[in-house]
Amino acid sequence: MRLADRAMPVLLVVAAVMFAAAPFLIDAAPEESTMGLVQKIFYFHVPAAMMTFAGAFACGLASAAFLWRRRPEADHLALAGAELVVLFGVIVLVTGPLWARKAWGVWWQWDARLTITLVMWMVFVSYMLLRRFGGPGSEVLAAAVGVFGMVLVPFVYLSVHLWRTIHPTTNVIRSLPPEMRWPFLWCTVAFLFLFAALLIARARLETARAALERAYLALED
Amino acid sequence: MSLLRVAWLIARKDLLVEARSRELASTTLFFAVASVLVFAFALVRDGAVPADAPAGILWVAIAFSGTLALGRAFERERQSETLRALLLSPVERPAVYVGKLLALLLLMAGVEAVLVPIVALLFGAPIGRAPWLLFALLATGTLGFAAVGTLFAAMLVRARSRDVLLPVVLYPIAVPVIIAGVRGTSAVFAAEPDFASAQTWLTMLVLFDAVFVTLAFWTFEPVMSD
Repeated sequence: MRLADRAMPVLLVVAAVMFAAAPFLIDAAPEESTMGLVQKIFYFHVPAAMMTFAGAFACGLASAAFLWRRRPEADHLALAGAELVVLFGVIVLVTGPLWARKAWGVWWQWDARLTITLVMWMVFVSYMLLRRFGGPGSEVLAAAVGVFGMVLVPFVYLSVHLWRTIHPTTNVIRSLPPEMRWPFLWCTVAFLFLFAALLIARARLETARAALERAYLALED
Repeated sequence: MSLLRVAWLIARKDLLVEARSRELASTTLFFAVASVLVFAFALVRDGAVPADAPAGILWVAIAFSGTLALGRAFERERQSETLRALLLSPVERPAVYVGKLLALLLLMAGVEAVLVPIVALLFGAPIGRAPWLLFALLATGTLGFAAVGTLFAAMLVRARSRDVLLPVVLYPIAVPVIIAGVRGTSAVFAAEPDFASAQTWLTMLVLFDAVFVTLAFWTFEPVMSD
């Protein structure tokens, strides 16, 4: 944790600088011929979606570690991961419909990727509700939800993919011309740094909160 | 004692309690039929429902009544701390899980045995068209739903506001099972039945079951030990 603590402010500063520069790069990138200006949402939408999945895996793996090893740090990391799924999920679920309204003519489609993002977001919202209202011991129960949430990702994907899909596929990223690829990669790295910084900061906050609670209890005894 | 033997003893205990009171079976069944009626009022146009609706109505009724049964089945174990007694008994923890799951499955099967003909009767769903395929879809779908449901209902026994939290936690996770169940069943019920696609969905359900049951089996022990 020591190294991560020291890296956190650096990550945050780098992310801030990159985010400050991102609008200029996105502006300089060529406009897509059919969708026009609205396509530029993509530079924030896709990286945010990637971070949503990263958060789900962070929460799932940390939850599994907490369930079977009972290390409190793992639980704090899982909570941070779950909150980031909800946070970046909101970004995805807001930017997506904004684009879809222009490109598809509707705000929402029951498409594979849309459905899986919504379901995953709901699983991690339920994780947070469970922690918030479950009472004492709910972190163990939430950990089970975290593990199921992570395992669920490929399955929801498979099931909705069989159902129907109209969302652009991941091949889009490989087919980008270089002048669009670089701003996209820039944004992805910026989001990744922000994600890492927030993950570390939130896990550390939770560790500090738990320590404070222990200190209170020790004082009362 | 082997795991299956212990599981059967626990399931038999649950079923015996149920057979004496008939509380769960009667309330769950009535609730399932009532929710079918609510959906009928929501969906019926000009005296008939849309072609896709019966499959959806059936699965929503199964999911709703299953949640009700889950909550109540574990509330019963909480009242006189009998779940603690079960967990303290010198048997493997997963056996307790399998036993509770088995009892719930039999209860839900009983409810479905009445619910399916009612849906067929009220909405003209052709349940006689491919009875084995329909049976397999219902059995695998119910197993997947109950496998996750039993785990979460068991662990929520000690949580605050458990009545609200069970559906909150269970429904998003049960989504793949519901999608596969509804799609498979509506492929069977469609005016031009598509058995190939129904079989694909059945394969998916078997896959979900394998993963959900295995995962719940593993997680039950660490979640229930304190």
